[in-house]
Amino acid sequence: MSDKLHNYVWKFTSKKLSRRSVLARASALAMFAAVAGFSAVDSGFAAEPKKGGDFVMGLKGGESTNSLDPALSTSHVTAKALRTYGETLTEVSPDGEVIARLAESFSPRDGGKSWDFQIRKGVKFHNGQEMTAEDVLKTMQRHSDENTKSGALGIMRGIESMEVNGDTFTVHLSTPNADLPFLMSDYHLVIQPNGGLDDPGAGIATGPYKVTADEPGLRYKFEKFEDYWDDSRGHYDSVEIIVINDDTARANALQSGIVHAINLVSPKTAKLMARNPAVKIETTSGKGHYIFVMHVDTPPFDNKDLRMALKHAVNREELVDKVLAGYGKVGNDTPINEAYPLFDNTVPQRTFDLDKAKEYYEKSGHDGSPIILHVSDAAFAGALDAAQLFQQSANAAGIPLQLKPEPADGYWSEVWNKKPFAASYWGGRPVQDQMWSVGYLSTADWNDTRFKNAEFDAMLLEARAELDPEKRQETYGKMARLVREEGGLINPMFNQYIDGMATNVDGWATNPEGDMMNGFVAVKTWFE
Amino acid sequence: MPSHLILLVIQRLALGVLLLLASSVLIFAGTQILPGDVAQAVLGQSATPEAIANLRTEMGLNEPAVSRYLKWLFGAVQGDFGTALTNGADIGTSISKRLGNTLFLAFWAAVISVPLAILLGLIAVRFRNRWPDRLISAMSLATISVPEFVIGYVFMFFVAVKLRWVPSVSMINDSMSLMQKLQSIALPVIVLTFVVLAHMMRMTRAAILNVMESPYIETAELKGLSRFAVITKHALPNSVAPIVNVVMLNLAYLVVGVVVVEVIFVYPGMGQYLVDHVAKRDIPVVQAAGLIFASVYILLNMAADIIGIVANPRLRHPK
Repeated sequence: MSDKLHNYVWKFTSKKLSRRSVLARASALAMFAAVAGFSAVDSGFAAEPKKGGDFVMGLKGGESTNSLDPALSTSHVTAKALRTYGETLTEVSPDGEVIARLAESFSPRDGGKSWDFQIRKGVKFHNGQEMTAEDVLKTMQRHSDENTKSGALGIMRGIESMEVNGDTFTVHLSTPNADLPFLMSDYHLVIQPNGGLDDPGAGIATGPYKVTADEPGLRYKFEKFEDYWDDSRGHYDSVEIIVINDDTARANALQSGIVHAINLVSPKTAKLMARNPAVKIETTSGKGHYIFVMHVDTPPFDNKDLRMALKHAVNREELVDKVLAGYGKVGNDTPINEAYPLFDNTVPQRTFDLDKAKEYYEKSGHDGSPIILHVSDAAFAGALDAAQLFQQSANAAGIPLQLKPEPADGYWSEVWNKKPFAASYWGGRPVQDQMWSVGYLSTADWNDTRFKNAEFDAMLLEARAELDPEKRQETYGKMARLVREEGGLINPMFNQYIDGMATNVDGWATNPEGDMMNGFVAVKTWFE
Repeated sequence: MPSHLILLVIQRLALGVLLLLASSVLIFAGTQILPGDVAQAVLGQSATPEAIANLRTEMGLNEPAVSRYLKWLFGAVQGDFGTALTNGADIGTSISKRLGNTLFLAFWAAVISVPLAILLGLIAVRFRNRWPDRLISAMSLATISVPEFVIGYVFMFFVAVKLRWVPSVSMINDSMSLMQKLQSIALPVIVLTFVVLAHMMRMTRAAILNVMESPYIETAELKGLSRFAVITKHALPNSVAPIVNVVMLNLAYLVVGVVVVEVIFVYPGMGQYLVDHVAKRDIPVVQAAGLIFASVYILLNMAADIIGIVANPRLRHPK
């Protein structure tokens, strides 16, 4: 309490607030203190959630083509909507632990080859029905069915069979996987009545808010679900998502008080916005990275020395400073950073080194024909700028790097994973195993560097089955070194998510899994 | 109305229908040659090959184009546009809501801008080459030269963020009263008025000045009529055709060309709806929206032509 008063006095002396507003706020605080009494002050009222209010988010990344069907969700807005109205078996906490939600507990059998999930009792769907283990089974079947369109199909692949015994839902895997509980936290795997087989886009699940308006690409409205099982969540009376795709309009909506939270603040304007006393900027150092990918099976990128030359020719620090405006960290040509559990921090950091780049380039014996980098801002915000900086430093090392700008429209179907050298991004996955499996395993669908290495594949399977964390960490370290040396990934930077929040929203806890507290902002915050 | 005039109007109507049919062929053919795969676009980067294959079969993308065209046209005539590939929503329902919003915004922008433009045009003629004329010309040229998103952002910053008179987000929905809706769309209406004003104003001014050279205007002046009465009673009716033409063009722009304004003010109109579905290769929606936009253009231009024909004294009173 006195800290707050002190803060206002400080702002006053630095002329940020007028005298009148200081007096008004100070008296409001005094009145509140009188009403709340000493107990609130003692227990630190910031930690005590308050109920009520209408929370409005202005979010980028929604289209009128969206559906509330969890299987079809690929955009920012539907992912946030799913976290608001739905729940999964498990959840990853802000400190990276996997915690039980709709499963009360979970435990491995046969060295991680089978997993038992005890399904929580007394949980109700928004239609009044009680959730059963059967609903869980149906949900998982819908996402793992061969004919499914689910975005979660990739992570369901290792499942051999599933069964229900009373309140226990059991998953049998083809190979042991120590990370299965992490995978069950994927936002697509929202538990729906009868698995969503009847009406997948109905917006009925078990979350703290129920859907009352579903207008794709425009707005979603949610109201508090009275029968929600967990009293420590869902403090608002109602939640609204307004889709605001334009960066300036989103910033203005927050600053004019129409919304209380916005996502994907442009790095260039974040520092300016933070000057507004009604707005705070929250950054999340996550697992997402902005990259250039080379196909290691296509000339000239099949030449390891040429790849090394390019890896040394990118000025990582400069890219973080200029493209991310400092909101990010340098990458090390692997997709893994310290945000992952079991990260090996002894892998040496690769740095910008023109001499080495020159040396490797000469050693590669490249014939001097132009090396074409395909790029579009569809790959990531600022990709063209990043590529131009890369081109300049590479040219300084004598590497004939040239850029080919591509249309944003169709970039993911025509350029990425098709052209041998292109800009791209990855959003990160909950655990290392999953990240390596989706992008670097020989058989991976999105092996966008065409990295096929038997030794690597063997280590990945070995680590997956290993229940001893130390041994797994060691194996993951070896894999990172291998990809860093042999792979086709140039990872100059990990980006940060930048969210804008109204200062009267309390309870923020950064979650490295994703922006907006990994989508839980409406579920876990409250108005102070 | 004389019979040959009716014939002219009927001819014009038939031409309009033919034009509409031709544009429907163009729209259908155009959407077939868009690059990229629908299924891939729908599922995004995180699509697996299996998921793409499954979706392609479900969408029936393997039927021949001609039969799909006929089926589509037949449905569209009856108001059945099918369902969106991406989220399975009924296109007719979604579009009618969006189109309603677009027409709402266009209507209020037109109600303000058209009379204002004509009035300013008349004033400019009345004070030709004097300071009111110069001021009106300079102002309207300035507003048309600045891109609409710049005007939009400037207004948003001062009126919505600083003064907080109106919301910066023009989201409207069914639960709002008419007054709330009008307050909500105040900013986009002002911006759109600025954008279309100059064109109509200058055309009014030029068309009337053209007529003002005629001998009968001199006669009217010699009768002793006031200058403003001469302009409104004698000059304006004879320059209706070119003015109506440019007014209709601008009305069409208000309906089909306001994507930028919709995006910056988060207005739930047709433009953003179309753009979203183009990006996802949602062909049925793109076709439906394209057909509606084409109809609006053809209809408004047809209306302009017919008004021009009917308003032309030489056609109305043949020798």
